Amino acid sequence: MAFNYEKWLRPGKLPHIWCPGCGHGIIMKGMIRAMETLNLKKEETAVVSGIGCASRLPGYIDCCTLHTAHGRAAAFATGVKMAKPEMNVILVGGDGDGTAIGGNHFIHACRRNIDMTYIILNNNIYGMTGGQFSPCTPTGAKASTTPYGNPDPGFDIAKLAIGAGATFVARGTAFHANQIDKLIVEAIQHKGFSVVEILDDCPTTYGRRNKFKSVIEMMNRLKDIAVPVKAAEKMTAEQLQGKVLTGVLYKDETKSEYTAEYAKVIERSKAAK
Amino acid sequence: MSKKVAFLQGNEAATYGALYAGCNFFAGYPITPSTEVAEVMSAELPKIGGKFIQMEDEIGAMAAILGAALAGAKVLTSTSGPGLSLKQELIGYGCIAEIPCVIYNVMRGGPSTGMPTGPSQSDVMCAKWGTHGDHPAICLTPASVQETYEEMIRAFNLAEKYRTPVMVMPDEIVAHMRERVVFPEQGEIEVVGRKTPTVSPDQYKPYDTSFGDVPPLAAFGSGYKFHVTGLNKMQDGFPTTKADVVQAEEERQVRKVDANIDDIVTFEEYLLEDAEVVVVAYGSTSRSARYAVNAAREQGIKAGMFRIKTFWPFPDKQIKALAQKAKAFIVPEMNLGMCSLEIERNVQGKAPVVGINRVDGEPINPDQILAKIKEVK
Repeated sequence: MAFNYEKWLRPGKLPHIWCPGCGHGIIMKGMIRAMETLNLKKEETAVVSGIGCASRLPGYIDCCTLHTAHGRAAAFATGVKMAKPEMNVILVGGDGDGTAIGGNHFIHACRRNIDMTYIILNNNIYGMTGGQFSPCTPTGAKASTTPYGNPDPGFDIAKLAIGAGATFVARGTAFHANQIDKLIVEAIQHKGFSVVEILDDCPTTYGRRNKFKSVIEMMNRLKDIAVPVKAAEKMTAEQLQGKVLTGVLYKDETKSEYTAEYAKVIERSKAAK
Repeated sequence: MSKKVAFLQGNEAATYGALYAGCNFFAGYPITPSTEVAEVMSAELPKIGGKFIQMEDEIGAMAAILGAALAGAKVLTSTSGPGLSLKQELIGYGCIAEIPCVIYNVMRGGPSTGMPTGPSQSDVMCAKWGTHGDHPAICLTPASVQETYEEMIRAFNLAEKYRTPVMVMPDEIVAHMRERVVFPEQGEIEVVGRKTPTVSPDQYKPYDTSFGDVPPLAAFGSGYKFHVTGLNKMQDGFPTTKADVVQAEEERQVRKVDANIDDIVTFEEYLLEDAEVVVVAYGSTSRSARYAVNAAREQGIKAGMFRIKTFWPFPDKQIKALAQKAKAFIVPEMNLGMCSLEIERNVQGKAPVVGINRVDGEPINPDQILAKIKEVK
């Protein structure tokens, strides 16, 4: 039997805004399968985003959804989670939203290890504004604001998250669609701040400027560069040149989760009275 | 039974006022001269099961209170000058998404870092015009520690009643001076709760104007699921660019305040009945003004004071009425002329409007005001 995506989608809100060939829809379907697998209660699930193409995703999902301001999803979501720790909180956004304007909120959510899952749709570009380079645009690549090639070095989102203190970090790609829900399931089940970076494509604003002849070519790139962490163990540094590790990259179950830690503050304050 | 009395600093009183009003969530970022609010909240909130969080920056603090408010909490953040500038982005979000919240801003010297420990009244325009776009604005400017306590309660009530951000803006003198505060009994001052939906979750729309200009607001995690965005939205909360809907919604948002000015605006009229010289003052400056008016009366000058308690919406009606009979207006303020612009707008040339303006970090003293009263009488 075909999977019933409609159950999780708001009636009347499709078609979505994403361009033909964009991988965001593939990732949204993966997220929906994960929510179904975990049997999340819609009324008890908040999906929070910032601004950008990826940040339009919550509008389609039939839950408590909050489309905030550019970069601010993690900070709004921190408020939601602190006020109602029993809620499932899922963040969705793009690479520019999350690592540039939202970079500070992102690293501090990682540091606190507050129990939320952040799905970052990394298409290496600011799509909604027409293709300006983001902190995840490869050096040398063309964007509307790097007509002579991007001089900036990029962020490795996973390393950034691990360094900042996130306790679950995974990476997938829009090409490896069947893996997306499994990574998100594991991330949501993890008690702490979990980050799932999904490498994505933007044929409209990135592909056409960077000599990708088709969406298929862009998808094939994702297929080619992805190396599962297990497989990478058997590969040499030379073989891993230009590759990106996928799967669960980091997991720490020893660090205290933030709302649980604040519950202890409440206990201590009452004892101190 | 005698009431509980304490000797408190303005910032401390603000915090206890917020707690009286039912505040159960605070997010902030350290900034002089408002940090005491965060300090007291960090100690008091957990005792009642509330939540305190020190965020990574001012924007994050504003975001966190909006998120918590949507999850049903009564929320507060505190800040000062540069912090208020940073929060403006999301104050606008609170206005368009119609999220009740209170922003306590202690006015210090500016612009930029300015004079962090010096008093000022130069944020009053920022309270109305700081965030971009048309939006409602409510801003209270208390003049004493007791009033700061009481105005915080009123700020929470107004935020809930009109489903919009409300600012309380004492100047640094009011925020840091210590005075006697008489605490009201529980139940003595009305505390307004949030209008929550009466319809079933499947019928709920977060901006359903069939319930009036202030639609009921459900909380995330209360059985209702809905969408909130900073885009112009329809009644169901989803974005729209339909011209007639956007126009109607923008007008409704502003109308929430504009149509209820008499309910919101508060002021004090001091010796105004026969006053020929009207001193219009607010915050700590009004304390000097009162002294000056008394001194002028002793010298036989018919002076009076109109004390602004609610700066936004501005008491237009009252100033217009005074303009019919007053010979002159004096507007002392710790800025280079902000309130005086509003007075000029309302006086419409019927009488001279004379400012007394200090931005040197020193209070405006009674002698300065008295001298000006004598000059214009």
